[in-house]
Amino acid sequence: MLKVAAALIPGIATYTYFFGVGVLVQIGLATVAALATEAFCLRLRNYPIKPFVTDGSAIVTAWLMALSFPPLAPWWMITLAAIMSIALAKHMYGGLGQNTFNPAMVGFAIMIVSFPAQMSHWAAPLGLAPQSLDAAAQLQWIFTGHLPAGLNFDAVASATPLDTVKTQLMQHTNMLTILHEKLFGGIGGIGTEWITAAYLLGGLYLLQQKLIPWIVPVTFLAVLGGMAGIFWLVDPQHYTSPLFHWFSGAAMLGAFFIVTDPVTSPTTPLGRMIFAGLIGLLTYLIRVFGGYPDGVAFAVLILNLAAPFIDQYTQPSVFGHKNRKKAGAKA
Amino acid sequence: MITQTEVRSISHNAVWKQNPTVVQILGMCPTLAMTTTLVNGTSLGLATALVMACSGGCVALLRSFVPNELRNPVFILIIAAAVTILDLAMNAYLHALYNVLGIFIPLIVTNCIVLARSEAFASKNGVAQSTLDGFMMGIGGTVVLAVLGGLREIIGKGTLFSGVDLVFGAAAKSWVLHLVPADLNYQFLFVVLPPGAFIGLGFLVAGKAALDRRADAARRRAEEAAAGGSEVQAA
Repeated sequence: MLKVAAALIPGIATYTYFFGVGVLVQIGLATVAALATEAFCLRLRNYPIKPFVTDGSAIVTAWLMALSFPPLAPWWMITLAAIMSIALAKHMYGGLGQNTFNPAMVGFAIMIVSFPAQMSHWAAPLGLAPQSLDAAAQLQWIFTGHLPAGLNFDAVASATPLDTVKTQLMQHTNMLTILHEKLFGGIGGIGTEWITAAYLLGGLYLLQQKLIPWIVPVTFLAVLGGMAGIFWLVDPQHYTSPLFHWFSGAAMLGAFFIVTDPVTSPTTPLGRMIFAGLIGLLTYLIRVFGGYPDGVAFAVLILNLAAPFIDQYTQPSVFGHKNRKKAGAKA
Repeated sequence: MITQTEVRSISHNAVWKQNPTVVQILGMCPTLAMTTTLVNGTSLGLATALVMACSGGCVALLRSFVPNELRNPVFILIIAAAVTILDLAMNAYLHALYNVLGIFIPLIVTNCIVLARSEAFASKNGVAQSTLDGFMMGIGGTVVLAVLGGLREIIGKGTLFSGVDLVFGAAAKSWVLHLVPADLNYQFLFVVLPPGAFIGLGFLVAGKAALDRRADAARRRAEEAAAGGSEVQAA
């Protein structure tokens, strides 16, 4: 688990560079809240506290959730999300290894369903907004909800690239015009493309360490990119390229850190491939045709539900026994 | 007719031991859909209790005339008649509330708990017992609906008794308690939406089980203590 946390560090560093210390504050708040909830729940359930709190799983959950939050979200939102994810999604189902749903995504999903307005308040990345907040102002905003005199939040805020594409398309703007806005960089959004690239770097480290099966991120990204590619080739006026989909939103974070969660995904290699592929498909559909700008969290939660079902139909036959398919054909 | 002990045991059984919502887990559709506020939950619960009392009494009254093979259609007709009376009465006298509860008033007919009590209790017991059983079952459900509705309202909207004017007229509008100041515009949508109902109900079911377990343990300890005490006396 510590290696997973280490693999997130390049992403965190890039994120902080582009969006300011707010990111670190969110991560800190999430970590503290998650660890406190973990200790409380363990105590309630009469489990030894120290080995479970120090196994790092709550920290990874907290970090993943904080990274999917807007950096300038008010302090109570990330705290509440961390408490919910650990208590509701993890310990209520029986603790580490027993949870049906990915705790980080549950926390995020509850918050985006409950507080859609606050969850879409993203600050503009470095150098984009006419005015930007310094560290002290960011802290003040997160903890008290007040900005320095003469500033209002709209002056420092900006929609995310995925959100912008979605709302502009609804106003029948041409895709080329949209992508020429200064929010967008070479591939994805300014800043966000570098952040996702940093997640990719962390993910490659996890692959090199053999901590995650390569088939999962590859299938997820292939299906997401494939879907995007088909639509893009047919109608580039209304759909964005596969590269854009890979390098915006939570695609890279999801591919290497969330879809690969061993607890909430199927156990067989074929099952994991189906799982990752369907998440890629759903992510694309929710992003392009759904009501929310990004779809990774919901796609993961829906497929978490399907994981036991996928497992049941992808059982390999036991060595020495007849292949079940052949036996079935004979009968 | 009906003895004091019968009243007590039927009531205890209906409200606590066999509580329709948190023990039998029956009638989930209205439970999950209508518990957005305390007033909605309580109103629907009381409506169900009235229907159950009427249908329980009628079923018990007619039980010796109903051929066994035809009992289910007959029971359902009786229940449907009771629900129709209630539906028309609420439409006439509590029209605003009727509009809020909407389809869930006529749907009381399909609530499993109503037919289940007719079948399991009213078709085998006297009129007074059956009426009481139906009413108390309804009250047992109402308590759960009220608690669930109240919790969801407090956590989800920060108010209590909102919509009370639907029952008691416009003068009651000032009775609404704002636990969170109204101008903050507080809303925790997750609790207001169906997931909040599922999770809240889960907590209530678990809470009931925990209370029962604690009571069991206490009784066992008391019995052991009594047994130990008598041994000492014998020695």
